[in-house]
Formats: sequence, C-alpha cells, structure tokens
Amino acid sequence: MTLLSLAGVKKSYGDKMVLDDVDLAVAPHDVVCLIGASGSGKSTLLRCVNLLEQVDDGVIEFDGQDITDPRVDPRTVRRRMGMVFQAYNLFPHMSVLRNITLAPQIVHTVGQDESRTRAMELLDRFGLADKADARPDQLSGGQQQRVALARALAARPELLLLDEVTSALDPELVGEMLAVLRDLAAEGTTMLLATHEMGFARDVATSVCFLHEGRILEQGPPSQVLVEPREERTRQFLRRVL
Amino acid sequence: MSVSAVELERRRVRRSQSLRRALLATLATVVFFGVVGLLVTSSQGWPVVKRTFFDPHSAVDAFPSVIKGFGLNVVMFLVAEPVILVLGAAVAIVRGTRSAALFPLRVVAVLYTDVFRGIPSILLVFLFALGVPALRLTGVPTSLFWLALIALVVSYGAYVAEVFRAGIESVHPSQVASARALGFSNAQTMRHVVLPQAVRNVVPPLLNDFVSLQKDTALAGAVGVFEALFAARDYANFHFNFTPYVVTAVLFVALTVPLARLTDYLGRRSLGGRLSGVAR
Ligand SMILES: Nc1ncnc2c1ncn2[C@@H]1O[C@H](COP(=O)(O)OP(=O)(O)OP(=O)(O)O)[C@@H](O)[C@H]1O
Ligand SMILES: [Mg+2]
Repeated sequence: MTLLSLAGVKKSYGDKMVLDDVDLAVAPHDVVCLIGASGSGKSTLLRCVNLLEQVDDGVIEFDGQDITDPRVDPRTVRRRMGMVFQAYNLFPHMSVLRNITLAPQIVHTVGQDESRTRAMELLDRFGLADKADARPDQLSGGQQQRVALARALAARPELLLLDEVTSALDPELVGEMLAVLRDLAAEGTTMLLATHEMGFARDVATSVCFLHEGRILEQGPPSQVLVEPREERTRQFLRRVL
Repeated sequence: MSVSAVELERRRVRRSQSLRRALLATLATVVFFGVVGLLVTSSQGWPVVKRTFFDPHSAVDAFPSVIKGFGLNVVMFLVAEPVILVLGAAVAIVRGTRSAALFPLRVVAVLYTDVFRGIPSILLVFLFALGVPALRLTGVPTSLFWLALIALVVSYGAYVAEVFRAGIESVHPSQVASARALGFSNAQTMRHVVLPQAVRNVVPPLLNDFVSLQKDTALAGAVGVFEALFAARDYANFHFNFTPYVVTAVLFVALTVPLARLTDYLGRRSLGGRLSGVAR
C-alpha cells in the first residue's frame, strides 16, 4: 500500500530540467530521505508534492487520488500534509501559540479551546511550553524550527514534508531538531524529507533516494544506498559529504 | 555600590569631554546663524524685504483670516487621509488578487494607478473643481472644497496604492509558501500573513506621503477654496504686503514637523527591528 506515489514526474524552469522522470513511492509510516547535491531538485520535488509547483508531466497520487488533476483544489490536498521549510517559516507578527493555532482555526475550523490544547500539547512535547506567548524573533533558530514543526503537526497531517529543516541551524542546534524528528519517526509519522544529515538518514530512513540533476539515480534502504552504493555518482557524493 | 578609581577617573574625563562638545556645538551654532543673519540683514534689499515680508503689524492683522483658512487645510487633511488609506489599500489588494471573476476589477485598478499617478495633483484639482460641476450630475457635491478634496484623494490614493503594493511585495516569499502549505486560501494568506507584515513595512513611506499631502491641501486655494494660502494671497493682494505668506509657511511647518519627526523615529525603529530579527 502506498500513501504517496510519483510516476514519471517532470518539471523544468525555462530550459532547465529540474525533475526528470522521477518515480517514487512512500508507504504509510515510511521515512523517505532525499539526498543529493545542491541544485539536484530536492526542494522542487517536495514543492511539487505540496502543489506549490505545477508538474510539467507525470502523475502524483496521494492516498489513491491523482492530485495533479487541475480539478483538484490544492487546499484540500495541503490540509492533509504538513510542510516545514529551511527558514522563514513562522509568521513574525504573531505569537508562537497563534502561529500554531491559526491554521487549525481558519482552515480546519477547529474550535479555539481545542486548537490551543493541541498546540500546548505539541509545545510541551518539544520543550517549548514556556515560549507560547513569545514572538518568533525572540527564539533561537532551533526553537523556531521546532515551533514550525509543531505548527505543521497541529492538524495531524497524514504526510510530513521537510525541506532541509536543519540546514540553517548552528551545529549545536541541529541535534535537538533531529532528536524530535527521530521521535516522530519512531511513532510512525510518515515523512518525506530532503536532508544533508547522513547520520540521521542512516539511522532513521526506511528508504534513501539519491537525486542527481533531477533524476533519482539510486534508491533503497540506507544500509545499501549509503553503505554500498551501486552508482559511481552516489559514491562520489557520499565521499564529499561524509 | 563602590566603583574603582579607574572608573571614577574615566567618568570625570567623559564629563569634561561632553562639556567641551556642548560648548563647541553652541559656539558653532551661534556663529553660523549670526553670520547668516548678518549677511541677510546687511544686504541692500533687506529693508524692503523686512517691510513686505516680516511686518509684525500685517502678521497680526492677517492672522485671523489665515488661521481660519488653515483650519480648512487641517480638516481637508484629516478627512482625506483615512479615505486615501482605505482606497490605496483596496486598490493594492485588488491588484494582488488571482480570481478570474475579479479580472475587470484588476484592470480598473491598474488603469487607476497608471492614470492618476501621471497627472499633476494641481491639474486634478482643476479638472475636478471645474469639470465635475459642468457635468450637472445629481447627487455629486458641487462645493469646491469637497471637489478639491476628492481630487487630492484620487491623486494620493494612486500613490498610496503603489506604496502598499511595494509593501506587499516586500513580504518574504517563504511566508506565502508557508501559508499556502498550511492550506490557507489566497484571501486568508493576504489577510492573516501578507497584509499585517506589509503594513508594518510601509508605515514610514506612508507617513512621508502624508507630510506631502498636508502641504498639498494648499492646492485647493488654486480653485478658490478659502484655505490658508488663499487667505494669505487675498490679504497680500489687498494690502501689498507679503507677511501673511510667511505666517502661512510657519503654520505649515508647525503642522508637518511633528509628522516628519514621527516618520524618522518609526523608520529607525523598524530598521532596528529588522536587523535584530534576521535569523527568523
Ligand atoms: N523558481 C525557480 N525558477 C528558476 N529556477 C529554479 C527555481 N527554483 C529552483 N530552480 C532551479 O532548480 C534547480 C533545483 O533546485 P532545488 O531548489 O530543487 O534544489 P535542491 O536540491 O533543493 O538544492 P539545495 O540543496 O541547494 O536546497 C536549481 O538549479 C535551481 O536553480
Ligand atoms: Mg533545497
């Protein structure tokens, strides 16, 4: 059974082919890591899944529905996914708590009390309960990313999309973010994430995809792709980042 | 609290340094304005200028009618400002919409800003004050005061719409992506995420436009609205004395300086905020 599948997905900007015939499947409770050099198309792939970009060809199915059909309202799809970007996620003009409760209230029409309870639960869990009333710019980068994660989780998404959520953080803050992600993975949260953290991919991923110039050159369990890659390109990439 | 001898010495030196700086600043100011004053008052034409522009008697004499006119300037400004804000914001928001049904509105918004930003405000005042009554439409105000005010609203509305649009565009694209990813509609993204940030970014330029609007209320005088400049001109033509112009100028300065200072202050504050909030 698959929750998300991409078949023959293509995307280009102008003449530049950014995704070239991408096939990918994510089953419930999978943690799929996208790795690859800068510019290989990881962010573009995630943005296509979230319908922030239109694919040029191919099909993306989510829970059995073709979400690339123009008749599908992107909002109904996005409501069932959570997404966290590399930086500038939080709305700077609202408190941390409001950042988390806004979408449940106006998109999912959850009541105020219920959305607050859920938000406090998540903040508490991420060790940020005392920051509920703070403004985002009063938090460290690591705390901001955890709030962004709490916000993405508030509406209990079926799929979590994470785009290098640790790469804008100082090294000492990366660990706390990864610890939270490990926890979520252990709980069975389905995730598709772009990352440069090979240690995390090795320990947590159910499957690793190596992207090179818009193509998935190699995919499989981390024990294979990261340890004994078949492709020379993968080997070169891993030598550079490890 | 006890303080070390070194710190006491440092404080003494700092005190004497700041005293010296204050003395120097005072001296320089006195000398500068003294020299400028001397140059002006020793010029050949000064006695005549003094009589025609700085005559205390005329100032007192003209003051009641100038200040009464100035009341109109203030009323115009106070009425026009909120209307301009609403109009400008509405036009900017319309330009940012995507829905197909709103296409005609977008066309109107683009035409409006293009046309009215291109026409000099004074020309608009003439067109409205002279043209609209000639149309003999029912229900349309015919008072010159209101027509001139509408002309200013239309003219400044186009500017302010562009200021708002720049503010909307200055919001980081990731903010929009984040809102979309949370399932917000375009309207919800605008209302909850983009506009609040855009408004904060445009407060200083908006205040700047309002300083200029305060002054441009004097354009109404060109079509005979009895505002301060018109009152001053009336007096000047009648008594061959220009002192009321200077009185009017002083009144306008007194009105705009507080707003200009507020603009500076807010500009500095928002800059500080942006610098400290980089790692968002
Ligand atoms: N909006 C855009 N317009 C034009 N080109 C784009 C756009 N977005 C991305 N690209 C290009 O597409 C390619 C892939 O970009 P993408 O952001 O998906 O890479 P990435 O794998 O996420 O890289 P990184 O590790 O640096 O984040 C790059 O060459 C980039 O320059
Ligand atoms: Mg990227």
